[in-house]
Amino acid sequence: MGRHSDFGTARHRLEPGLIGSIGLLRFKTFYERVHAPTLGTTMGLFTILAASMFYFSLAQTRPVVHEILIGIFVTTTTPITFMFLVQATLYRDRFEGSDPLAGLSVEQPQVKTPHDP
Amino acid sequence: MSGQILAIALTISKIFLTLAMAAAASRILRGPRAQDRVIGMDTLYVNAMLLLLVFGIGSGTTLYFEVALAIGLLGFVATVAMAKFLMRGEVIE
Repeated sequence: MGRHSDFGTARHRLEPGLIGSIGLLRFKTFYERVHAPTLGTTMGLFTILAASMFYFSLAQTRPVVHEILIGIFVTTTTPITFMFLVQATLYRDRFEGSDPLAGLSVEQPQVKTPHDP
Repeated sequence: MSGQILAIALTISKIFLTLAMAAAASRILRGPRAQDRVIGMDTLYVNAMLLLLVFGIGSGTTLYFEVALAIGLLGFVATVAMAKFLMRGEVIE
């Protein structure tokens, strides 16, 4: 099998995904919960991709870097999806009359709803 | 010896990722509102993708990488479509 250098990554790479999912399970409100899975999509992803790149590069004795594709794609799309989700949640909360930003003193941004003229 | 370390690390990885997927699935089942279930599904597919990558390291073939890439692409589209549905009530206007 491989040599020595890929095992450091192999050992330490798993915690962020689990921590992110536990955070998703334990936080109280949705706006807190939205933070937790990003642990898995940044550090958890990068460590596993680094381990995979190390392992295949050593096993095939040539540089294997196609895992970067997944890394680029997931890091680009996760903020987009979560931003969409929080926007939708804010709209739904305001539609039901419980504005989570109501007590803040800053000037409130107007969320444009699709039914406004 | 080093192969044994790799096997142990892979097993621990699989166990942890399975626990993470169980936590995400529990959030899908328990989630008080629809957006909680959507974010649980997003976490579930990301963890499944990571688990496939770990399987790929264990088996030594690049087939799992392609499956993980497809899961990443389709999961993004699915989550964006569901967020849009929550916002507007329909996906394609």
